Amino acid sequence: MLKLEHVSKTFNAGTVNEKKVLDDINLELNEGDFVTIIGGNGAGKSTLLNLISGLHPLDCGTIILDQENISLQPEYQRAKKIGRLFQDPMLGTAGDMQIIENLALAKRRGQHRGLAWGVDKKEKEEYYQLVKTLGLGLEDRLTSKVGLLSGGQRQALTLLMATLQKPKLLLLDEHTAALDPATSSKVLTLTKDIIAKQNLTALMVTHNMKDAIEVGNRLIMMYNGHIIYDVKGQEKQQLTVEDLLHKFEEASGEEFTNDRMLLG
Amino acid sequence: MGLFYTYLGAVDLGLIWGFLALGVYITFRLLDIADLTVDGSFATGGAICAVCVLHGVHPLLAIVAAIISGFIAGAITGILHTKCKIPAILAGILTQIGLYSINLRIMSGRANLPLTTANTLFTDLSLSLQINKYYIALIISLIFVIIFIGLLYWFFGTEIGSSIRATGNNEQMARALGINTDTMKLLGLMISNGLVGLSGGLYALYGQATDVRVGTGAIVIALASIVIGEVIFSGKKGGFCLRLVSIVIGSIIYRVIVAVVLQLGLNTDDLKLLTAIIVAIALTIPIMISKRKQVSLYKKLTGKELD
Repeated sequence: MLKLEHVSKTFNAGTVNEKKVLDDINLELNEGDFVTIIGGNGAGKSTLLNLISGLHPLDCGTIILDQENISLQPEYQRAKKIGRLFQDPMLGTAGDMQIIENLALAKRRGQHRGLAWGVDKKEKEEYYQLVKTLGLGLEDRLTSKVGLLSGGQRQALTLLMATLQKPKLLLLDEHTAALDPATSSKVLTLTKDIIAKQNLTALMVTHNMKDAIEVGNRLIMMYNGHIIYDVKGQEKQQLTVEDLLHKFEEASGEEFTNDRMLLG
Repeated sequence: MGLFYTYLGAVDLGLIWGFLALGVYITFRLLDIADLTVDGSFATGGAICAVCVLHGVHPLLAIVAAIISGFIAGAITGILHTKCKIPAILAGILTQIGLYSINLRIMSGRANLPLTTANTLFTDLSLSLQINKYYIALIISLIFVIIFIGLLYWFFGTEIGSSIRATGNNEQMARALGINTDTMKLLGLMISNGLVGLSGGLYALYGQATDVRVGTGAIVIALASIVIGEVIFSGKKGGFCLRLVSIVIGSIIYRVIVAVVLQLGLNTDDLKLLTAIIVAIALTIPIMISKRKQVSLYKKLTGKELD
């Protein structure tokens, strides 16, 4: 489904601030894989997602998604196949536009946009039912501006938008990190439900080790631009947070001192 | 009666310059780009329209030509901004400066062109229908305004129109949803300047003359119209159609204010300063109002011990 070969990325090359963020990454995802990615700050997790989505250009290597080489495709073209959620709940939706307009924009991801109405009459009923499944009471406020919603509501809406048109790949970049614990777990449950229901292939970056273990069928740990641990299936299910910390120390040769990860 | 026609003329001007304000609204508010091309493309619209009617082209076709010239001007700024990655303000200034020379070329090197001998729609209709020129201008501009507000309302409700709005509102999201944001900005700049060209063309026909400097400060007049409309129709709330109408009304009010102060004896040389002051005041009022509201709410909620 997704195949990364010898992918590298260096920021500020040739300057004193040069930083090799990703170093010769090789990764292959099968259809239906739900992979969680953990690692300390600056490990390259977000950059990995941003390279796949096309936010940053690749230095070298190839990215193949659904049998298509997307290495040099611009971001908006890759979006035909990729659904995305960002850490900042404000980034995934247009605040000055109505809920229904946001959904209609997302519905047309990867499709031709012409002079037909931006929101079709037939769509309204469909969105009503769909938004109802969120259980947030937003279905009666479809014509409200998204800017009036809370961060959690916006993130739940973004999740719906990213999967409205079934993506070949779903990229979740710490999409629950900016939410309070209750909302965060609600959005995570929703994420799991939607991924299971649509049998999506997904990559989820998280700082929460417990989530990383409980969610998905495969776990990747990154350190300093490398994938240092890759575990799946049965072995992953039996992992504990202590195991992960141990693995990290073993692979990196240093102690895990990131409080955010320990607290999870 | 003379005074009445002065104000009727102000309304005419408000409607005609309303297209300029509508155009600037698309870039300034919908796309969140400060596009300074308009000072040039307004004059280009006037120049093209003037030269066309002087060569015997029908005024309506001349107006179409003015709109197309605006499209092209907007496209140049759009390409400089999206393909060459020049910041939008600078891209607009570059096009504007370049257009100054082009406008002189269009007008065969003359700084101004009188159109007294040509068919300018307004005068001819006025003569053939035996109706005062000011009324004719009012009717024609009103028809144009209704048609174009209708077109804009329709267009920005379509899939492409929504994509332009999404690009201005949240570019990162737009790209993540597969929208080619560069194309949308280009398109927005073209439509915006097309309206500006239309405004310039109509103004040349209405005034039966055009000048290469006619666009100087056009951006500020457009902003004045937009913010006056926003202040009067209480901010950015309300439907899209009302927003468009409020901008044209803002443009009319601006012209009436100008007519009043000129009537009171203001020197026309001071007009640009007055415009700048109006914009500054109109932009400040909403901030002041919301701050006052906040303070009075605070006083109300925390009790009277502050008094």
